[in-house]
Amino acid sequence: MKLDVRGLVQRFTTSAAGGRPATTATVLDGLDLTTGDITALVLVGPSGGGKSTLLRILAGLDVPTAGSVAFDGAALARDEVGLRGYRRTVGTVFQAYNLFPHLTAMENLLLPLIHVHGLSPTAAADRVRGPLERFQLAAHAHKRPAELSGGQKQRIAILRALVIQPQRLFLDEPTSALDPEMRGEVLDMIGELRAAGTQFVLVTHEMAFARRVADEVAFIADGRVLAHDRTAAFFGQPTLPRLQAFFTGALAS
Amino acid sequence: MPRWLAHLIVVVLFAAAIAVAFWRVGYAWNWAGVWDYRQKFVQGWLTTVGLSVAALVASIAIGGIAAFMLRSRQPLVEAAARIYVELVRGTPLLVQLLIGFYVVASAVGLENRYVVGVAVLALFSGAYMAEIIRGGLDAIPKTQLDSARAIGLTPGQTLRLVVLPQAVRIVLPAVAGQLVSLIKDSSLLSVIAISEFTLAAQEVNSFTYSTLESYLPLAAGYLTLTLPLAAASRWLERRFRYEAA
Repeated sequence: MKLDVRGLVQRFTTSAAGGRPATTATVLDGLDLTTGDITALVLVGPSGGGKSTLLRILAGLDVPTAGSVAFDGAALARDEVGLRGYRRTVGTVFQAYNLFPHLTAMENLLLPLIHVHGLSPTAAADRVRGPLERFQLAAHAHKRPAELSGGQKQRIAILRALVIQPQRLFLDEPTSALDPEMRGEVLDMIGELRAAGTQFVLVTHEMAFARRVADEVAFIADGRVLAHDRTAAFFGQPTLPRLQAFFTGALAS
Repeated sequence: MPRWLAHLIVVVLFAAAIAVAFWRVGYAWNWAGVWDYRQKFVQGWLTTVGLSVAALVASIAIGGIAAFMLRSRQPLVEAAARIYVELVRGTPLLVQLLIGFYVVASAVGLENRYVVGVAVLALFSGAYMAEIIRGGLDAIPKTQLDSARAIGLTPGQTLRLVVLPQAVRIVLPAVAGQLVSLIKDSSLLSVIAISEFTLAAQEVNSFTYSTLESYLPLAAGYLTLTLPLAAASRWLERRFRYEAA
């Protein structure tokens, strides 16, 4: 994928209520980001810096206030119907898994295949069987999310995004809500997907993992890209003081 | 101790306490007089069942529609639903029935008192239902809607496949409680001369002067409707149960 983001602005306005004046927060402030033709882009940066907001726009979940986004030269739609069509071609994984709690793991996987992509229940079941076995989740397929561990939930959520055979995945801090011992299993799964050539954009605080899977890394703070380079160069000799401070903090945590 | 045994013990103790109370009052029973009017009870009970079922279905429909109106971003729509809910919940059903029958229904030339009764009862219960259902819809986390959008569901599919199945579980106990209230509230329809169960008991009482013998069957008759409803609600709750994840 080749990503081209130009002048991206995202402002959130809260309406006035109860004597409180309306407030405007600028989360993305004219962000530019142009990548080479790469498989994995990793976004890092401090909390509140705008990286998750950027990911939501890239995933077609939010419409920016201004600016443009294009993947491989194709600009993202700005209307809901156009964006819905786009979202059906990509997969998104959230920090808090967001599985449907009233459905079993299996039903969570089948729902988009049957209701969005028009597969028959049999064809959909055939489609998910292999991936469930490959990631050692077949034994948990009949369980509801509440019966699964955090790591299992997140791996099912990744599978749900994957079984529709998306053009690429968007992963928003997929390990941040997990205990350390469960982070490994989720990172391993993403690493396997990377090795198989799955394209993705990943927001993460896992610097070592970013270094391992990313082709390019962008450091986002204050609603802008403050540093962006090929992975080796990005982690090589950071000259930007903000980035040095961020690395030190990320390693300490 | 098994649950049925616990229930049995409580019921027996409670019945014994009631029996002692009656015995101490020294009430002179006269069941024979009331027994002659048993047909009236049966007809009244059947009318109450019919009225309740009709009002029950209508009140869920009205409550569902009003709940979505309460959540509307259109100020007029939201205001209409809000004022309906607060007016109905803030005034006695008795007044609503009298105005509904003698003023509104007369003005529009609607003479069938059963239709008016069911309509007023459904509108009354629908106002409570609306708040219950709105609460259930509001309780679905925003992240669920994100997830539904991310996989490309349409708004209609999101409602059908994601929101409603979860909201049903949340509102079920409160809706069942409201339905129990509705069945009992139908007793007020007697004030517009609908010959339902309560009016039957009142009439038998005025014929026989056997007050308790007339009203105890009334209580038992309502329980035959409300207890199964409560049991069905608990069964449904178990069926829909899953922990929030």
